Parts: sequence; C-alpha cells; structure tokens
Amino acid sequence: MSSLLEAQALNAFYGDFQALYEVELSINEGDVVAIVGANGAGKTTLLRSIAGLLKNDAHSIRFNGTPIGHYRADKVAKLGIALVPEGRQLFPSLSVEENLKLGATVGRKGHWSLHSVFELFPILKERRAVASTQLSGGQQQMVAIGRALMSNPDLIMFDEISLGLAPVIINSIYEQLPQVINQGTTAVIIEQDITRALSSASRVYCLQEGRVKLSGRTDELTRQQITQAYFGVAA
Amino acid sequence: MNTRVTRSSRFSNGALAVLALLVVVLLTAPWWAGRAELRLFGEIYLYLSLACLWNLMAGYAGLVSVGQQAYVGFGGYMLFALTIYAGIHPVAAIIAGGLLAAAISIPVATLIFRLNGAYFAIGTWVVAEVFRLSFAQVSALGGGSGSSLPVAIVKSLADSRSARESLSYYLAIGSLILVFAAIYFLLRSNRGIALTAIRDNESAAAELGVNVWRTKLEIYVVTSALTAIIGGLIFLQKLRISPEAAFSVNDWTAFVIFIVVIGGIGTLEGPIIGTIIFFLLRETLADFGTTYLMILGLVAIIVMIKAPKGLWGLISQRYDLEIFPLRYRVQQSATTEQG
Repeated sequence: MSSLLEAQALNAFYGDFQALYEVELSINEGDVVAIVGANGAGKTTLLRSIAGLLKNDAHSIRFNGTPIGHYRADKVAKLGIALVPEGRQLFPSLSVEENLKLGATVGRKGHWSLHSVFELFPILKERRAVASTQLSGGQQQMVAIGRALMSNPDLIMFDEISLGLAPVIINSIYEQLPQVINQGTTAVIIEQDITRALSSASRVYCLQEGRVKLSGRTDELTRQQITQAYFGVAA
Repeated sequence: MNTRVTRSSRFSNGALAVLALLVVVLLTAPWWAGRAELRLFGEIYLYLSLACLWNLMAGYAGLVSVGQQAYVGFGGYMLFALTIYAGIHPVAAIIAGGLLAAAISIPVATLIFRLNGAYFAIGTWVVAEVFRLSFAQVSALGGGSGSSLPVAIVKSLADSRSARESLSYYLAIGSLILVFAAIYFLLRSNRGIALTAIRDNESAAAELGVNVWRTKLEIYVVTSALTAIIGGLIFLQKLRISPEAAFSVNDWTAFVIFIVVIGGIGTLEGPIIGTIIFFLLRETLADFGTTYLMILGLVAIIVMIKAPKGLWGLISQRYDLEIFPLRYRVQQSATTEQG
C-alpha cells in the first residue's frame, strides 16, 4: 500500500512555543487513523499543520509524495485534504445550503454534491434555508461534515468529532461514518473516547506533550499500552 | 402548511418599489431643482458611493483602510493630467483614471496586505500621504498649490452652463447606481458567499479552499478603481484641485467612516442612512464651524455606545427588516414548495 500522507520530523510552533516535536506519521490510502492524547498533547496542532493553517518546513509533510508543509490552507484544500474543524466553525451569516456550497469552492469532482450530502443527512435538506446558528449541535456537526465532503477530498480529518454532542447524536454520526469513508476517502479522527477510537480506526497514534509516544495497528495494541502512552504513567 | 424559501419579503419588495420610484423622481431633478440643490444632490450621491465602497472593503472584506483618499485624489489628478496633457475627453479621462488606479492598487496591495488590523489601517494612511507628497512634486500639475481645469476643457463637456450642470448630475447619480448595483450583485453571487465566509471566519474559509488573499485583493482593486472614478467626478464638480484637497483624510475618509459607522457597517442599507444623517447635520450645523465637528464626534460616540451595529443595525434587529434582500428566509405560504 502506498503512503497517502506522510509527516517526517514535523516540528510546529506557535510563536516561540513549540507544540510538536519531530512527529513521524504515515497514513495509507483507505486507512482510518485515530489520533488520541490528552488535552494539549498537540492533536489539533497536528491537523492544523496538515491543513495548512500553520506554516511548517516544506518537506515535513508530504501528500502523495508532494511536499506541502509550506502550503497555504486553500492550496492544501485544492489538493484534496478537508478538515472538519473542532467546534464546527460554521459561518453564522450564511444559510445551511450556502455553508455546504462553500465546501465545493475547490471544484473537485466526485461522489459528493449537494444532492448526495442531503441524502446522507436528510434533516439538512429540510433546514437548508435556515441560518447555521439556528441548528442543534448535532445538525451543525452534520453541516460541518457535509461541507468538508463537498470538496470530494481524498483525505478527511475530523477534529474532536464528538466534542459537545449528546451520546445519542455521537452514535448516529458514527453510524454514518462508514458511508462517508467508503467513497474512497481516507480519514483521520481525533477522539477523546479511546474505546470508540479503537473500534472505528485501523491504526492509532498516541500523542503526549507534542511527541508520538505510541503508534500501531489497533488490533495489535493493548488497552494498557495506550492508557500508559495517553497519561504518561502506568495506570 | 407549506413553506417557501425566498430572499425577498413583503417589506423588501415594498421598500424596493418606493426606492425605485425615488430614483425615477431624482432622475428628473434637473427639470425641477435649482442650481444649488442639484449640486448638493450630486455631492450626496458621490459621498454615498464612497461610503458604499468603503463599506464593501471594511464591512465585508475586513479591510479597514483609512487611506482611500489616495484613490480619490489619484482619480482627481488623473482627470486633470489626462485632459490637459493628453487631450482626452473628461469622461474618458475619469474612466481611464479608474483603470490606472486599478493598476497601481495591485503593487500597493502586495505591500500593505503584509500588515494586519491597526497596522494595515496606518499603512494605508502612509500610502495616501506618499501619494499626496508625490503629486505635490509635479509642477506640471501646479505642485503644492494645485491647478484649475482650463475653460476649454470644461466647455468640451457641454456648451451651456445648465447643460454642464445636469450632465455632472447624471454622471454622479449614474455612478452611484453603478457602484450600488455592482456591490449588490457581487454580494449575492458565489463570490459574495465566499466574502461573507471570510468575514465570519477567515481560517475556516481558507480550509475550504477559499483563496483569502486573492479575494481580498480583488475587492481592494475593484474598490480602488471605483473610488478613483468617484474622485474624478468629485473634482469635475469642483473644477479645481490641490494636493491638500485631493488627499484630505478628513473629507474622503473620516467623514466616510462616520457615515458607514453611524448607518451600520456591513449592511447595504447602512451607508444610505448614514449619508442622510451626515448631510442633515452638515447642512444645518456647518455654520457653527468647529462646533459642528464636535457635534459630529459626539453623535459618533453616542451611536457607537447605544447602537454598535449602527442605526440600521438597530432597526433591522428590532423589526427583522432588510431592504436589499441578501439573506434567505423561510416564508409560510399557500404555494407549493420550491428551491
């Protein structure tokens, strides 16, 4: 299997503060990769670096072999990397439909269109003219996911996919996930719930204080190994 | 009960009809208005155009500039330079001035777009000062003391004074309609959606592939070109230009910001309300000299405290009104559902 996305010796900074140290990461086509770690471990920074929201050394991130570490966010999006950001980040002045349409800005062709997103989340079709702020949290997450899918990405990244959502909503979002990923998309998921991360992902990376502490296939790692890498102490 | 998704409401349809009627009445003004009123109306249209343009830049693209007088003055000076030295018809010179302003705004943008927020604002002001000092050096255009438009050029517009005055009036109202329509259709297009997204959340827009830098550049270039055209028209009305008048930060930026902030930034209706209030204050209080400026400042402070979204923001929030429909709304009606 070829490597779709690779990070090599990735260091990321916020001003003088270093958030990632020499991170190594490799994601194969069709993988579902979970990234776990405590608050402040650098999970979001890692996704922001890949998405181009943080500038990095060009060769520290490669997508299909192309160095993209230095790319601006809109250029990264055009290559086929989409981010479902933490806290949804919908545009309050725009309607649901306008939010979704913006996802198609990059003009990549594929399975996903307004029609197929409405098929995946029928409630959004009903509420398409409503301002995005008037939706429930779960519906907002659907818009954020739909908006990312509208770009027909090769790689979709979910930052804190279940943050602030009711358990029943989280279940229904996870139920839809296979449909999202089955369209030839590779996925990265940041999830606080380790059990859920392990059950839906094929590989897992555990970050601690900006470094990769543990990585491997989910079926080869023990729960204890992950807990230890997560907290940094034997639990 | 069926619902219908639409942009217009009963209020917006009615208001637009009233507005269209008002425009028609104003188009006939040269037949019923006196010379002084015609001149005042022309000035109002030009100020409203400047306000709409500044609002597009600051209110929609987030480019808070205090240096748009650079392009007002540039457009004015291009009118004088191109008519006097290139022998071009004044109207053609004004349009050419707009195109030249677009060309010059690109290198200016690559320079000042490196700055953000307050630094960007100061940077634009510095650029405007550079423009002023540069034009003051050109002795062919009168240097620091400026020059007047030669009589022969003024007469090339029209033979009689009244014909010239009505031509100048039509140019002003015509350019206002052009500016307003351009902004309205821009904001309703896909590009307008991207622009609104940038204003709401810049990094989320970039993540979706919106080229934030280029979108802002496009807005800056278009705004600067149209501002220069308005500047040309302003000095066609005045017939005299000097660096101090052409690049006045008070006249072409401070008053314009006052208008937009009072009326409501980031709305299409705001600049109209703001312009009406500004001219009402000016026409009634201008005789008081500096006291007038103090009252303007006081009004600005009160509005900013009591209605941070401007007077139109206050009205539209309370009554959920929109004259120029940009938002979608769901209407309950007996007709069948439509997209």
